[in-house]
Amino acid sequence: MINKKLEIRSNREIADRTYEMILEVPADIRDGEKTFSTEELKPGQFINIKIEGFYLRRPISICSWDEKSITIIYKTVGAGTETMSRLQQGDSLEVLLPLGNGYDTVSSEIGKFPVLIGGGAGVPPMYGLCRELAKAGAMPTVILGFKAAGEIFYTEKFRELGVPVMVATEDGSQGVKGFVTDLMSELDCTSFFACGPEGMLKAIDRQAKADLPGWLSFEERMGCGFGACMGCSCETKYGNKRICKEGPVLERREIIW
Amino acid sequence: MVDMKVNLCGVELDNPVIPASGTFGYGREFAELYDINILGTFSFKGTTGEARFGNPTPRIAECREGLINSVGLQNPGVDRVIAEELPAMKEIFHKPVMANVSGFSIEEYVRVASALAACPQVGWIELNISCPNVHNGGMAFGTDPGEAAKVVGAVRRALDEQKAAEGCKPLIVKLSPNVTDIGEIAFACEDAGADGLTLINTLQGMRINLRTGKPVIANKMGGFSGPAVLPVALRMVYQAYERVKIPIVGCGGVSCPEDVLEMMLAGAAAVQVGSANLVNPYACRDIILNLPAAMEKYGITELREITGGAH
Repeated sequence: MINKKLEIRSNREIADRTYEMILEVPADIRDGEKTFSTEELKPGQFINIKIEGFYLRRPISICSWDEKSITIIYKTVGAGTETMSRLQQGDSLEVLLPLGNGYDTVSSEIGKFPVLIGGGAGVPPMYGLCRELAKAGAMPTVILGFKAAGEIFYTEKFRELGVPVMVATEDGSQGVKGFVTDLMSELDCTSFFACGPEGMLKAIDRQAKADLPGWLSFEERMGCGFGACMGCSCETKYGNKRICKEGPVLERREIIW
Repeated sequence: MVDMKVNLCGVELDNPVIPASGTFGYGREFAELYDINILGTFSFKGTTGEARFGNPTPRIAECREGLINSVGLQNPGVDRVIAEELPAMKEIFHKPVMANVSGFSIEEYVRVASALAACPQVGWIELNISCPNVHNGGMAFGTDPGEAAKVVGAVRRALDEQKAAEGCKPLIVKLSPNVTDIGEIAFACEDAGADGLTLINTLQGMRINLRTGKPVIANKMGGFSGPAVLPVALRMVYQAYERVKIPIVGCGGVSCPEDVLEMMLAGAAAVQVGSANLVNPYACRDIILNLPAAMEKYGITELREITGGAH
C-alpha cells in the first residue's frame, strides 16, 4: 500500500451518473521506502480516494490498468462522488492503493469456462478480471445487469476482449428484461465471479449449482479502507474478515448469508 | 534543538504522540508504511475477556470533519491477544505499549487488566469505561462517579497485588465525554487509585440516511470523533486538569502539531491521535516530524513544560 497524489488524465461521463476516470501512475512512483507498479495489481482490488472537503475517503474499485495508468468507474451517489465528477484533466487526487485481496485468477478451480456477473456499479472490476482470466487461458462469459439502457456502459469494451456478453435491464429497455440471474440458467460453466448489490449476490448464490466454485465481491461502508478500524468486518465460515483487507472478494463456500 | 520528551505516569516517552485505541489495530497496517517506533507509544485495540465480533454493519457514518463509528469492541479476546497479538507487536514495536481494556463486569475488567499487566511488553493499562457502543457495560461505568470508582478501585487492588511479582503497571482510565460533570468523574477515578486519565472517548452521535429515512449506523447510534470534537476535548481536559493531580492524556480531534500543543496547554501530559489515522495513515508520523517546527514557532524548547500552561 502507498499513499500518493495521482494526476487525472481524463474524467468523463460514460452513462447516466456513471463516470470513467483515468489516473496517471508514473513509472518510478514511490512513497518513502515503498515503490509501486501497476504490475502488482489484481482485479477486484480497490483504491481509497481523498476528496477535498470530505472527511472519509471514497473506496472505488479498479476497473483496469496498464503500465502507466489506472482506470476507475464510479457512480455519483452523493456529494463526495459528485465533487469527484467535476474534477478535470490535470487535477490530482490523493489515493491509497492497492487495497483489498482481489480475485484469484490462477486457481485451478476456475476451470475453462468461468462466468462473470456484474451488476451496476459492480460491473467495473469484472472488466479487469475478464481480461486477466482470458490472459490466463480461460474462456469467460460475461453477464451484465443494469437498471435501464441509459446506465449501460462498457459492453463494447468487454466484446473487444473477445468474450460473449449478455445484458439484462430491469425495465427491459435493452437486452433481456429482468435480472442477471435470468441469464444464468442456460449456462454451462465451470465457476462464477460476481460483483454487485448484496441482493444480487445472494440471488446468484441461490441459483448457482451447489458445487459450483464461486468468488463474490462485497461492499461495505468503510472507515479507513486498509484494515485499521474494523468498520467493515463480516463473519465468515473461515472466521471474521475485514471487507477492506481480507475481502472484498470472498469465496462462495465461506459466506454466511 | 527542542526536547519533545514527556513523562507519562513515570514512563518516559520520546514524544507525546500516541495513536488512540481502535484506530491503529495492533500496529501492523501502519508498520507496513513507516517505522512505528517513532511513536511515543500506541494504545492497541481494546481487549475484552472473550472474543467479540462486535456490532452489525454499517458501523461507520461520515460527518463534517469527523465520523461516527459503532464497531462494538471487536477483538479476539484476552487469551489470543496475549498469545498472538502481543508477540506480533513485539516484532514491529520495541517500546512499551498501552493495553486498552474493556469489560461488561468488574470481574471481567479485573481479569483482563491483570492478565495484560503481567505481560512485560505492556507499559500502561488503559481502562476503557467509556465505550458508547456496547450495552450493559463500557460507558455505564464511565458516566457514574460511584460506578467508576468501584471498577477503578477493583482493578487498582488487583494490580497492586501483582506488584511484587511483575512491577506495577500504571493504571490510566479512559473517560466518556457523555457526562454532565467531567471533573467529578475524573476526581472519583483519581480518588479510587487511577494513575492517569485519558479523555475524551467519542461523543454519542447519529446520522440519518435520507434515502431510507433511517439511521445510517445499524446500531442506530455511535461514537462521534474527528477534528470537529477538538474544542469539546480541550474544554474537558482543561476542566479535569483543575480537579486532579494525576497526568491526563488528551484525546479528541487531534490532527496536527498545533492541536498537540493546544491539548498540552489545556492540561495534557501526552496526546492521543485517533480518527486522523484512518484518513491519513501517516498522520502520527507527520505530527511527530512537524512538532519541532511548531514548538520553535511558539518558542517552546521543552515540551513537557507547557502542560497546563493555559491555566
